[in-house]
Amino acid sequence: MTNRYSRQILFQNIGEQGQQKIQSKHVLVVGAGALGTGLGENLVRAGVGKVTIVDRDYVEFSNLQRQQLYTESDAINRIPKAVAAKKRLKEINSDVTIVSHVLDVTKEELEDLIKGVDIIVDGTDNFDTRLLINDIAQKYNIPWVYGACVSSYGLSYTIIPGETPCLNCLLETVPLGGATCDTVGVISPVVQMVVAHQTTEVLKLLVGDKESLRKKLVSFDLWKNDHMSINVDKVKKSSCPSCGDNPTYPFLSYEHETKSTVLCGRNTVQIRPPKPVDRDLNQLKDILTNQGTGTIEQNPYLLSYTFGEKRMVFFKDGRVLVHGTNDISEAKTLYHRIIG
Amino acid sequence: MIVQVNGKRSELPDSIKSIAELLAHYELDKKVVIVEMNETIVDRNEHDNTIIQEGDKIELVQFVGGG
Repeated sequence: MTNRYSRQILFQNIGEQGQQKIQSKHVLVVGAGALGTGLGENLVRAGVGKVTIVDRDYVEFSNLQRQQLYTESDAINRIPKAVAAKKRLKEINSDVTIVSHVLDVTKEELEDLIKGVDIIVDGTDNFDTRLLINDIAQKYNIPWVYGACVSSYGLSYTIIPGETPCLNCLLETVPLGGATCDTVGVISPVVQMVVAHQTTEVLKLLVGDKESLRKKLVSFDLWKNDHMSINVDKVKKSSCPSCGDNPTYPFLSYEHETKSTVLCGRNTVQIRPPKPVDRDLNQLKDILTNQGTGTIEQNPYLLSYTFGEKRMVFFKDGRVLVHGTNDISEAKTLYHRIIG
Repeated sequence: MIVQVNGKRSELPDSIKSIAELLAHYELDKKVVIVEMNETIVDRNEHDNTIIQEGDKIELVQFVGGG
């Protein structure tokens, strides 16, 4: 072995054996935004055997302040985050098998993605996907590490199926998303802090040191200098539909699938066809060109169409981002106007 | 009344008696929050009925969606 991991091996809680375990494991990072890029970089530098990273979005300039794997060139060319992240992660550590997917995570995709995965880490920006991860993790008995942040506040919790309460126990209801991110922003150090907590818990799990897990719900506000840590064991409910005695995994059912989502802080709505499609972007370009209004830009992964105050971005998998609105019905109208 | 909220000494207006009123005071009443009082979690159904006393140690952890 090269000395790439020497400092990590010297760290006595990992050691030579721990490092070998790390290198034999597969971690799934869901989301390649602020948390996801931090997590991806940490895990790849640590030498995790295989890292899968998935994301539905592409890089924009407003990401660069905190999404550490991306460059100005990625933003100029609107490179999908999963593509840009993989490229950078490969440069960082070619030993690691890096798999990336440009997709919106749904039940079907997650069922595929979690095959052979040892741990799932949360790099998402919404509760819909987290509750989906939570149910999948319970169903297939995979530990997962929740993390989230907004403004200068962040929190994290490690969920071990069969042992700890799950996210559904903790939340009880689905919080109304978007209210915060749209208005209050986020600073980079709080992202790093959440990522630090998440990565450390993942490393403990990877080397099998469950004794050292934090076991508490942790939260902090770096600007207000607050630090909270709560034992939430008591919150675990035997009646929980996700992790209780008779689980029904409610978030894996069709009714809970989100077809249209307002993207946090982006003034953007995502619309997803009921089933993935292979959209012919060249054909779409012809159609839009014939319409005669608006500006079309294209790269191998997506087509961007700007008209008036709005911009629509069409992905090959059928998804469409409608920028310039937070109104799902308006977005759907525009979508159907073009896609039919 | 003086209590400790998230490790900091906080002086609450006299009108605040319950956990529910405390959450409203911090504009957290419509948010998903886990409340711990004197190292015991307060069940969400008990927020209205749980009365805060002088010197109580209260921790509030809000769930957020960003990331």
